[in-house]
This record gives sequence, C-alpha cells and structure tokens, in this order.
Amino acid sequence: MDAIALAFGLVFNVQTMLVIAGSALFGLFVGAVPGLTATMATALLVPVTFFMPPIPAVAAIVTATAMAIFSGDIPGCLLRMPGTPASAAYTDEAYAMTQKGQAELALGAGLVFSAIGGLFGTAVLILAAPTLADFALGFSSFEYFWLVLLGLTCAIVITAERPLKGIVALLIGLMVSAVGLDNPAGHPRFTWGVIDLMAGINMIPMMIGMFAVSEIIRFAVDTNPRAVIVEQPIHNVFKGMWRLTRKYPMQILRGSVLGTLVGALPGAGADIAAWMSYAISKKTSKEPEKFGTGHVEGIIESGAANNSALAGAWIPALVFGIPGDSITAIVIGVLYMKNMNPGPTMFTQNPENIYAVYLLFILANLIMIPLGWMCIKAAKNLLRVPRNVLMPIILLFCIVGSFAINNSGFDVGVMLVAGVAAYVLEENGFPVAPAILGVVLGTMLEQNFVTSMIKADGNLLAFFHRPVAATLGVLAIAAWFLPPLIRRLRRTAGA
Amino acid sequence: MKINDAIFGAIFALLGAVVLVHVQSFPNIPGQQYGAAIFPGLIAAGFVVCGLLLVVSGVKSRQDQRWYETGEWLGSRRHVAAALAIVAGVVAYILLADVVGFLIVSPLLLVLWFRALGVRWGPAVLSAVITTLAMWYAFYKLLRVPLPWGVLTPFAF
Repeated sequence: MDAIALAFGLVFNVQTMLVIAGSALFGLFVGAVPGLTATMATALLVPVTFFMPPIPAVAAIVTATAMAIFSGDIPGCLLRMPGTPASAAYTDEAYAMTQKGQAELALGAGLVFSAIGGLFGTAVLILAAPTLADFALGFSSFEYFWLVLLGLTCAIVITAERPLKGIVALLIGLMVSAVGLDNPAGHPRFTWGVIDLMAGINMIPMMIGMFAVSEIIRFAVDTNPRAVIVEQPIHNVFKGMWRLTRKYPMQILRGSVLGTLVGALPGAGADIAAWMSYAISKKTSKEPEKFGTGHVEGIIESGAANNSALAGAWIPALVFGIPGDSITAIVIGVLYMKNMNPGPTMFTQNPENIYAVYLLFILANLIMIPLGWMCIKAAKNLLRVPRNVLMPIILLFCIVGSFAINNSGFDVGVMLVAGVAAYVLEENGFPVAPAILGVVLGTMLEQNFVTSMIKADGNLLAFFHRPVAATLGVLAIAAWFLPPLIRRLRRTAGA
Repeated sequence: MKINDAIFGAIFALLGAVVLVHVQSFPNIPGQQYGAAIFPGLIAAGFVVCGLLLVVSGVKSRQDQRWYETGEWLGSRRHVAAALAIVAGVVAYILLADVVGFLIVSPLLLVLWFRALGVRWGPAVLSAVITTLAMWYAFYKLLRVPLPWGVLTPFAF
C-alpha cells in the first residue's frame, strides 16, 4: 500500500504534471503533422528527458506517444495523409467519411475509441505484468536466451513482408550491438582504436538518426504534391459516440484485445495492430461491402487497437527488458540511463515506479479526451504549419540532442550515419524494427548465450533441460520453421 | 533509390566474411572455450548465408528489378540539392562547430536548409536566428549542455 501512496506522490506533483501537460501538447502536434511519427516524438524527447528524474521522463514519453497515436488520425481524415504510420490502415476510410460530410463522426470515433483502447491496454498491463514478473523471477540464463530469441523471431515473422530482409535487418542490429568493450571477454571489438567506440555505439543518437533524421531525408526527397485540407465544420465530436459504443461493443473489445497482444509481441507495434484489426474487422463484419466507402466500423476497431498496442508493448519491456515496439525500445534505453533497469526485480524492489507507470498510462488516456477535442478544434491551423520550416528546426534539434547525451561530436556522426542508413534500408524494403530490436537486445542475447554455453559446457541439449526453457526453446524454433512450412503446405494443397 | 537485392546481398556476404576472419583474433574468457568471438562469429555467418540468399533472389528477379533504379527525386535538381544540403550540413556541423562555434554555424546551416526546402529569404533568416537562440537558451542555459563557443570563446557568458 505504501508503494501506491509513493507512486501517487511521484506522479501528482507540480513537476510531473507540467511535464505531462507539455509532452501532451508536443505529442498531439507531432502526431498531427504528417511525416512526424510517434516514435520520432519519443526519440526527440530523449535528449530532454535525459535531464529529468526517472518518473517525469517516463511520463513525457507515455503521454506524448498516446497523444500522437490519436492525433495521427486527424490529417488522415482531413488530408488523406496519415499523421503517423499507426493511422495508415484506415486513412482512406476516414477520408471517405469526410467526403460524405462525416468528418465529425470519424474524428470523434478516433478520439473516443483511442482512449478506450488505451485504457484497456493499460488494464491488461496492470493485471498481466506483475504475474509475469513473479514467474520471471525464477528465470536463468537459459530461459532468457530463448525468450530474447523468441522475441527477435516474432519481430521478423510479424513485421517483415520478406522474412529474409527482416533477418538481415536484425543481423545489422545485432552486429552494431557487438561493437565495444561490453562483451563476455571484455575485448574491444570492432573499435579500430577509436576511443569513442569503446563503450559501444551510443543508442540514443542512433535512434534519433533512425527515427527522426531518416524522416527528414524522406521529406526532403518527397516529390508528391502538397495535399489540400478539406474544410468542414466540426461541432460536437462526441455526438453519437454512445450509440456507436452500443452498436459495436464486440469490435471495440476485439480491437483492444488484439492491439494489446500485438503490442506485447516484440517488434510489432501500433501500426501493425491497426492493419491487422482493420482486416479482421472487415472480414467479420456483417456489412463488409461498406468498408472503404466511409464506414465507421473499421475505424472504431483499429483505432482502439493502435492505442491499446502502446500499453501492451510495455508489458515485455518492463517485465523482461524486451521491447514490444520501437517506442519501448527507446524507453528501455531511457530506463537504463535512469538506473531503472527493467526486469522482474523492478517489481519487487521498486514497485512504486511500476505503479507510477500504471498511473501515467491511465492519466494519459483520460486527458486525451479533453486535449484531443481541443486539438481537433485547432486542426485546421495545425495542418497549415509549413513543414519546410519545421524540418530544419527538427534537424538542428536532433544535432543538439545527440550531442547533449555525451557532449560528443562523434555522436552527431552516429546520428547522421544511422539516419542515412535507415533511409536507404527502408527504401529497399528492409524493415527498421528488427534492426532496432537487435541493437537493444544484442548484449542481453550474447550474455545469456555465452553464460548458458559455459554452464552447459557446450552441450546444446542443456538449453532444453529446464521445463520453461524447453517450452520457450520449442516455441522459438517452431516460430522459425512454422511459417515457411505452412506456406509450403498451403501451396501443395492448392496445387 | 532502389538497389537490386543482389548488390545488397553481395555487400552483406562480404562484410560477413571479413568479420568472420577478423573475429578469429578475439580472445576467449580465460579458462573457458567461449569468449568474445562466438557471438559476432555467428552473426557474421548469418550475414554470409543471408547475403548469398539475397544474391540468388536478386539475380532471379532481374527481369522486374534492375540493378539500380533512381527514384523520381534524383531527376529533380531541387530535391537532390535538398538531400545533399541535409547530409552535407550535418557533416559541416561536426567539422565546424568546435572551431567556429554553435552560435555561428547553426544559423548558417538553418538558412541553408530552409532555402533548400523552398522557404523564402526573409522568413528563412528570421526563423534561423530565432531557432538558434531558442535552442541555445534551452540547451546551454537551462540544461547546461556545453555547446561549443568556437571563435566566440572570448565573449562567452
């Protein structure tokens, strides 16, 4: 009980509240501007959170991402451009509704069901995380090895259109994580005598590069003409929401459940949750022919899914230190910097921090409703913000932010290389999510692997001796071989 | 800018091979069979295998995927200039910031980027100055990040 009181104290104080208010506005803005993503919002926040105590730092990220995933719906509806990739699944649908004069309904549904989905995901986080953490306390290096491997496998199987490219992206990430002294033998690997590489490649500038600089480059080379804002009077976005809730309770529940699950799977986040939910919604709908013509059903389901995925992603991140999506990959980096190392012991040693995270999620999803409503009201002005003025400002911020972590010009170089590399790789169909997971999890994978190998004296069978390890191991191996097997079976059955 | 998978594959396979050779020199943990080499070694082996597979699939799909395909933007001088300005600008910052100082380099780079993205001169210069001062105040004054003074060091405050 004391821990809960402590958590309230950590969250409900002037500093944290100011941070929440500021990052909420920041998140709404970033989400509403096409080309700026929720992950980018997180990456840009890191240099600032670097100078804050742990809980306000986490508060900034939780609030900003929740807001950004919602406000990404706004340009989808009014410009036919998703504000963040998480809204891409139903952008055409929302725009079709706008053309039918239903912008108000589409935006309202986006807002209300985002909040509901977010709260659902938070509830699952609160219920599932402590139980899992209890279970994980008994894990040895064998279990962690398989768990990390399973996580990395999920990242490839779910996110990559072509698994081979996903694997290559993952290998790049793992290779980057291998640079430096932090390895079982303490040998300076791949440093070529460069002192700055001894401690490894700094994760924060790299992520700023991958998620912010790459988007700036993409904007600079974008040859598409500017989109035109649809002018439509928007009065009460909450009108009709109760009717929709009663009409589509199953869709809301299904979207939230699927979103939380997809979020919790490593590598897949809000955007994939939204795509899957939209597809399921269409498949199971009583009126699938209406999809694509401005029908609100799919928006409700996938709008709930993408926000619940945000909270779901925190489950493995807090319990195992395995990120559920790119955002939590950055969060894990922040937690380590704040000496709030994620893992099951965090639940027993510093439960107040965990309770504070729960509170922050509940709070963020509640204030989303009034703030989101204000954001919709201001949407027309927001969407007029000239992006060619915005992008250089963000770029300078990236430079200063990357520099600020270690006061090192080398890190600015890391940022640039990561940004260009992420742009080139993504242009050529290599997904970025497995790469970032590889970077974050590489050290953990190697440590648990080498420790296990030494404990087992090189006997690979020992990886299956403990029951939980064996189960996870079988799952991980099955995940590697099942999808191609199923594809082959389907092909032979079809032929 | 689309590059054929085979080229990517060849680069990755080569990288993997080089790393595989290089890791042979890594030491083990004293008294153990394993050490610094096994993990990067496995990754490198993965690079070689995946790289070769990419080469095969790239060569196979050569009909619909050329070796190198320029994006639409490479044909437009404005877009090429913008991309170059961004990359070269960051490089210039790394090289010049310590020598010349943040307060001089930043506004110049901002003007370059604004102009490259089609902002008119007036707003470009004004936004550059305001952004630099705001960024300097937030990071140097509030967060105490030692942004370099460069040639302005005698006037530092």
